[in-house]
Amino acid sequence: MSGPASAMVESRAVVVNASRFRAAHEADWERLEQLVTRMEKRSISALSDDDILALPLLYRTTLSSLAVARDTSLDRSLIVYLEQLSTRAYFQIYGVQTSVGRQLGHFFARGWPEAVRGLWRETLVCVFLTLASAVVAYLLVRSDPSWFFGIIPQELAGGRDPSASAEALRNTLYERHDDMLTTFATYLFTHNSQVAIFAFALGFAFAVPTVLLILYNGLMLGAFFAVFAAHGLAFNLGGWLAIHGTTELFAINIAGAAGIRIGMAIAFPGRDTRTESAVRAGRSAAVAMGGTVAMLALAGLLEGIGRQTVVDDFSRYAIGAAMLAGWLTYFYMPRKGRRPV
Amino acid sequence: MRRSFVTPEGVDLQLELGAAGTRAAAFLLDALMILALLILMTLALAFLSAASKGEWIMILWLLGFFVLRNGWFALFEMGGRGATPGKRLMGLRVVARDGARLTGGAVIARNAMREIEVFLPLSFLAQQTAQGTADAFLVIFSLVWSGLFLFFPLFNRDRLRIGDLIAGTWVVRSSGGALGADLVHGVERPRRTFSEAALDLYGVYELQTLEDVLRGANDDAVATVARIIREKAGIDEWGEDREFLSDYYAALCARLESGLMVGRRRENKFERALTRR
Repeated sequence: MSGPASAMVESRAVVVNASRFRAAHEADWERLEQLVTRMEKRSISALSDDDILALPLLYRTTLSSLAVARDTSLDRSLIVYLEQLSTRAYFQIYGVQTSVGRQLGHFFARGWPEAVRGLWRETLVCVFLTLASAVVAYLLVRSDPSWFFGIIPQELAGGRDPSASAEALRNTLYERHDDMLTTFATYLFTHNSQVAIFAFALGFAFAVPTVLLILYNGLMLGAFFAVFAAHGLAFNLGGWLAIHGTTELFAINIAGAAGIRIGMAIAFPGRDTRTESAVRAGRSAAVAMGGTVAMLALAGLLEGIGRQTVVDDFSRYAIGAAMLAGWLTYFYMPRKGRRPV
Repeated sequence: MRRSFVTPEGVDLQLELGAAGTRAAAFLLDALMILALLILMTLALAFLSAASKGEWIMILWLLGFFVLRNGWFALFEMGGRGATPGKRLMGLRVVARDGARLTGGAVIARNAMREIEVFLPLSFLAQQTAQGTADAFLVIFSLVWSGLFLFFPLFNRDRLRIGDLIAGTWVVRSSGGALGADLVHGVERPRRTFSEAALDLYGVYELQTLEDVLRGANDDAVATVARIIREKAGIDEWGEDREFLSDYYAALCARLESGLMVGRRRENKFERALTRR
């Protein structure tokens, strides 16, 4: 080594790229940071018109600062700062949802019916499974009433089993509970919604648990019909069920269809990778399932309040049929200006 | 853990994924908040029901419970910040893996899966225990089931929950640190200069470690680093340690940057020095 390794000198000022760079652009970065912080704390409506116009320019300036800084500067704090700021700005500009009102509007006008329509095959399969298992349970219980207890748990039957008299069964269909009607409706709604969410989520296991859930639902239906039919009350039970059942069973079947869609997408991804296929199925199925919560709220009201106040069989059938027609039109009616699927 | 993420403008943002521990902490915070709100709500409604008889109290409770259980995560994540309060506290947010807008469908999907990941086995277990019918097998099954989902993020590259997998989302760090001060500019006193040999000792990695030391407040670290550099470079002047390091940092930074200008980046001290001898 020759000469001294270090020396004090008076004149030469060291300048590095980071310093030049900061001097040139720091004001822009700071302004962007302020805007982004304001958007994160409140929303885009917290910005003035000038700020909104400046936002994309500031964002691009910062992004290009980041690109340049990575190649020319060794100041890590600067690069980390620019990375974080660009990321925050990116998600505020590209990743943020529109207002809740517009989201809901779009959901009910387009998103939900389209998602449900997209599930029509799975929905048909679910309806078929429900009907088939109902028929099987009906035949089983009619041939040997002891099957009933194998299908329906004791506490759910609530005395509506094959040993009950015709009078007792008739009473369960028409008795009026005047107290706690809305509580009952709310309970039904939250309980059924939870079931719908499970039917969706369990689809992940290659749809097997979802199919079991749908089958069991059908079995219970068939078993009850068999008990009531033995006393000639099948038509009356039909009315009791139809008033809310068209909505409720439809909702459960859609949720089941959503679960089946996910399970099938994971089991048989086709040309896509398994993850891509799961994501595509998961997002649209979730929209369909999310909407069933609204359906079940309506079904809860019909069951908890409507059924207790409307005791005439034909009115019950009429309401049920009207609801079903309404849902079918809403979901499957061709819409103008629909995007090609 | 960093993941490449290219914006439409063509710049790679290098997203940093949320660490498993941070995410677990965020979930626990959320769970605690939900529990606290649930208890508060129950107490408030119990108090009200003592004052007035009415079935609306029961309805409010049922709806409140439903919204807390199913809506807490989904509603917060649909908002502008894409994060529940727990995630926000831990500096995390949910984003779509393809960089597009985080749709409502994706948020619902990732949170509906939480039902079978956490709530289903645990509520099943709680119910059976309450009825006294939980046997060892059921307890083990529930715990294994939950454990399988709980540790699922540790078994894939991108720390995805089952819900993230289905929804096409991931959880990234979103913290806003302030810009650190400029270490080179604005020094009025005369600077030391260093010989080429002294500046050839280190590369970018060591420079940035030095930057961390200088930005830190640990005087012991400053003294140690200053001593090591003096020894290695054979410098025998003993000025103030921090000033010495600041001067060395400025000189080394300028030198390595001049290398960058001609396309030579010396990543660390083991790579070839910039000067040819």
